[in-house]
Amino acid sequence: MGSNYKKNKVVPVTAILLLIGIFWYLVAIPMNSEKVSRQFKNLSTSEHIQKCWSLKKPKLPTPHQIVTEMVNTTFFKKVSSKRSLVYHGWITLQATLAGFFLGTLFGILLALGIVHNKAMDLSVMPWVIASQTIPILAIAPMIIVVMNSVGVTGLLPKAIISMYLSFFPVVVGMVKGLRSPDQIQLDQMKTWSASSNQILWYLRFPSSLPFLFASLKVGVAASLVGAIVGELPSGAISGLGARMLAGTYYGQTIMIWSALFAAAFLAAFLVFIIDFSQKIVLKKMAIIR
Amino acid sequence: MNTFLLLFFIIWLGGWWLNVRISKFENFNLSRFIVPSLFGIVFMLMWELIVIGLTINPVLLPAPSAIAVKFSSSLDILWIDFVQTLVKGALSGYILGCGGAFLTAIAIDKFDFLKRGLLPLGNFVSALPIVGMAPIFVMWFGFDWQSKCAIVVVMVYFPMLVNSVQGLELIDPSRQDLMRTYNASYSQTLLKLRLPSAMPFIFNGLKICSTLALIGAIVAEFFGSPIKGMGFRISSEVGRFALDMVWAEIFVAAMAGCLFYGLIALIERRTTFWHPSQQK
Repeated sequence: MGSNYKKNKVVPVTAILLLIGIFWYLVAIPMNSEKVSRQFKNLSTSEHIQKCWSLKKPKLPTPHQIVTEMVNTTFFKKVSSKRSLVYHGWITLQATLAGFFLGTLFGILLALGIVHNKAMDLSVMPWVIASQTIPILAIAPMIIVVMNSVGVTGLLPKAIISMYLSFFPVVVGMVKGLRSPDQIQLDQMKTWSASSNQILWYLRFPSSLPFLFASLKVGVAASLVGAIVGELPSGAISGLGARMLAGTYYGQTIMIWSALFAAAFLAAFLVFIIDFSQKIVLKKMAIIR
Repeated sequence: MNTFLLLFFIIWLGGWWLNVRISKFENFNLSRFIVPSLFGIVFMLMWELIVIGLTINPVLLPAPSAIAVKFSSSLDILWIDFVQTLVKGALSGYILGCGGAFLTAIAIDKFDFLKRGLLPLGNFVSALPIVGMAPIFVMWFGFDWQSKCAIVVVMVYFPMLVNSVQGLELIDPSRQDLMRTYNASYSQTLLKLRLPSAMPFIFNGLKICSTLALIGAIVAEFFGSPIKGMGFRISSEVGRFALDMVWAEIFVAAMAGCLFYGLIALIERRTTFWHPSQQK
């Protein structure tokens, strides 16, 4: 049953990816056509199409151009080189992880406070929810510039933006999770005369884990977005966001797309790791089979 | 110690004490309203006092009163930026993207193959940093609001699609059987049973997308825009260290975000009043 279910997904997903790929190549022809006719004269149709797929600064680069660029800048450049995608990815990843870690920590602490203290619940929770409707990324440039002007540069300002973005999903998810035990279960703990600490460790915390992992997945993706956007306004020279910005300035579309793909792989990788650890932890705790 | 700092601590402790007292009231409806408002007011007062008390440079952190003054004196600029970014960019993209995703969901709903292929992909794409595509769209569609609209369409499309498809899928089989015994046609089942029961999911998607739309439109302006717009104003005023104007823009963005979200939540409450999640 399980393998059958998986097979049912793999075929359609591959088919749709294939369709997207074909569509991409087709769209690349009209999008780059104008530029090709400007650069080359008297091409046969098939030559024209080939040129559309291999321009140096195309409007829409084809997948194989992007992959070639990514392979070149990942494997054939020194890791410490400014042109290496690994170098830029690592810079962004550091800020993402630092912000994600801090955001998760703060989120869990705040959720504990909210669950245990009614005054805090009433005062903070509405603001936490309201703050989710605010486009927080808009303040990213301000945080960067203000922190730069007091002498804090590099990793920390970006990490703070990441922290801000990953912090809210964790608070909301953890509050929900810590409150998820039934009244019956809480009563049972009370009949054992458990202290509130014991209730927390033996009941509330374990039953909040599925919620925590779901929030962590949202949070880590948000962290990455925060780190990338954090690199935009500061005129940073390293990081995936800075790479995108540099690509915009110099019209290097392939560079933008490869940075974008690298960010996508990074996001997928981070979500995968959390998904994987979720499966291990929840299996160990016999929450899922 | 100066008086402002003393006042800061008095208000902090006083507000804290008051909130703890009020939150123990029997009348829950009253305290649920008063406590967060009091928290907000005390927070604002503390912000004001700490800025004055420590004489913090307004370049770093302007006081709320300075922001309010700036806000009221530059209403015309704020309005121009609001229209440019949120009405032209975000709202048009939001309507196009969510509408398109909703229609796609109905179209692919009949084909199980497409659904099984698109759902995992949609979930995957929703986790990607799509905001990063902003520079590409600015190149393609120019500096004006069209490029912002495009990035918003792409950002909201997949979350909305996933939510709509899931909503259309989760139907109590017995209800579907009942419709079949009534000899209901496809469109009748869709309109009278499946769309209404998908409503909570659709509204969930609309709510998630409302924030995404604002973020997309503002961040896209960091990559290039005409000389108006909230993202443009924020990045250029930050460059001039005019932080009071930046905070005024952020205030507008926050208010717009809350109102937009609140409006959708209100429509949801009116249209899905029958759903368990809406009942007290």
